[in-house]
Amino acid sequence: MSILVWTWIITGASFALYIYIAYWARAKTTGDFYVAEKQVPPLLNGMATGADWMSAASFISMAGLISFLGRDGSYYLMGWTGGYVLLALLFAPYLRKYGRYTIPQFIGDRYYSQTARLIALLCAIFVSFTYVAGQMRGVGVVFSRFMDVPIDYGVIIGMALVFFYATLGGMKGITYTQVAQYVVLITAYLIPAIFISMHFTGNPIPQLGYGSPITAGGAALLNDPSTQGKYLLDVLDGLSKDLGFAAYTSGQRPMIDVFFITFSLMIGTAGLPHILIRFFTVPKIRDARSSAGWALIFIALLYTTAPAVAVFARTNFIKTVNNVEYVNAPSWFKNWEKTGLVGWKDKNGDGIMQLRPGKWDDPKSANEVKIDQDIMVLANPEIAKLPNWTVGLVGAGGLAAALSTAAGLLLVISAAVSHDLMKNILRPSMSEKEELWWARGGAGVAVVIAGLFGIYPPGFVAQVVAFAFGLAAASFFPAILMGIFNKRMNKEGALAGMIVGIVFTAAYIWWFKYGNPAANNPAGWWMGISPEGIGTVGAALNFLTAYVISKFTSPPSAEIQDLVGSLRYPGKEVPEATSH
Amino acid sequence: MSIHATKELQAYWKENLVIIAVLLGIWFAVSYVCGILLANQLDAYRIAGFPLGFWFANQGSLVTFVVLIWVYVWLLDRLDIKYGVQQD
Repeated sequence: MSILVWTWIITGASFALYIYIAYWARAKTTGDFYVAEKQVPPLLNGMATGADWMSAASFISMAGLISFLGRDGSYYLMGWTGGYVLLALLFAPYLRKYGRYTIPQFIGDRYYSQTARLIALLCAIFVSFTYVAGQMRGVGVVFSRFMDVPIDYGVIIGMALVFFYATLGGMKGITYTQVAQYVVLITAYLIPAIFISMHFTGNPIPQLGYGSPITAGGAALLNDPSTQGKYLLDVLDGLSKDLGFAAYTSGQRPMIDVFFITFSLMIGTAGLPHILIRFFTVPKIRDARSSAGWALIFIALLYTTAPAVAVFARTNFIKTVNNVEYVNAPSWFKNWEKTGLVGWKDKNGDGIMQLRPGKWDDPKSANEVKIDQDIMVLANPEIAKLPNWTVGLVGAGGLAAALSTAAGLLLVISAAVSHDLMKNILRPSMSEKEELWWARGGAGVAVVIAGLFGIYPPGFVAQVVAFAFGLAAASFFPAILMGIFNKRMNKEGALAGMIVGIVFTAAYIWWFKYGNPAANNPAGWWMGISPEGIGTVGAALNFLTAYVISKFTSPPSAEIQDLVGSLRYPGKEVPEATSH
Repeated sequence: MSIHATKELQAYWKENLVIIAVLLGIWFAVSYVCGILLANQLDAYRIAGFPLGFWFANQGSLVTFVVLIWVYVWLLDRLDIKYGVQQD
């Protein structure tokens, strides 16, 4: 059967499964809708968190991104996993002990302030919309690449599906579909990686394979018998240097920037509301700790495979494309040329493809080959000479990654509207039934807006991912951390800290992305810290401001201090928040 | 009586903070020290085909992160029982 038919069959089957699960797990109460009645077993919550976390970008783009960045790319690998240690040790058990529904609710109650609640809910909505726009676009892109469906139709199909299970099932429906989506996406990611690793190095574990010597079969695939027996990474370092790139395993970016970006991504991860609320859904405090452990196992499975895929794909790409006559280009190259992900411009008219540093469409560069980062994952099944159905599986995996993340984000937006804004600020007297309607309606409207962002992507989408992590790092992370670990932290300190952190971080990113993009380079940055890494500084300013202000203002009431105290001991009751 | 007052519970919280501090120290050492600050120096050593600093940045710190969380889960289970604050 053809690739297209397989893709439709596998995608269709996976969608049918998601719809069935959503119907089976439909929400009946607000407790169901917001936190799945706190009945999710930790292992399944770990899987759901993994799917929630790993987005279209993690699945399709990350390995390719790393293959261009070399060792510097590890700020993504460490940054997007190290945050889970912070979550497990600093947040998850205490937020579960608190036991309510949303992050703005925690911040509003802990700092006995409707203003703090409002700032937190606006941040939650902004961060989530920023993030979800890319996911809906991702759904459209996967549909168009794998199934010849126009991007806009792909987005609409994705919207319809998410609309169905997010409004019907809430957190409960989303959780169990995410479990299924995790299984689909990890299978789709690992199968091609395992086979490629075996082809090149004979080692079925990709994480070990890319540190192994190349086998005779691998050397044959690379059309170069002399590579047999050499370490793959040495071959790639040598190839990179020969072509004028830096050695793959060396770092290029200033160390201070790598440090700050990694830190910003870690604390940003720990401050993202759609991840934090996952820890509200388990039965016990110890389950919150262990589900962070399961989540990181499931995430690390993909995140340790990605750099291996990057090395295999990059080596294969250079060896089978560079200095090869176009008429002899590998079949996957010609297949994917139609999509525009790879391309060739014969600048010197010799009929041979030359891969060099620089842009392929820049007449001054000797580079003739266009490589989109996504090709490093998408072409894997063909490079590994796998059967057609595995290509379909990769398509379904990309969709699972995008849809699961989108659903988690939409739930945050819906809860921020129905629970934090309507129930806790505007209409405290409304009934549970009414609130549930607001929650479903909020999710529905959010899906439509997210879909519109997917169809008409605002030019700034790619730019604003730095915003999402930077703001989460500079607002939520310090506010929640101090809320748990510093009983003396009061409303005045927390508010001032959040405002300073948010304003500083947003202004810094805005300045370099829009205000004065010409200065967006290491020489123009403050202390050599890029906009991607500035969330670390924003968080530090938040801590500092909050600490100083709280020293000069009155401490929180005894009830609030008791609330904080009670968060720390698993078996003791949490008192109801009374003062607002 | 407020629940955070007893000496027992304060001791529990102190032990918890020590555990967190030690584990986060390791967290910082593998990722920021071995994977970033000393990566170039560590690259002089190798395990199989991996330069060591590159390996920490690519794989070693991630594997350590997983271990750290599970060690925390295990230690806190024991601590909860020692002070009788576990949930039934």
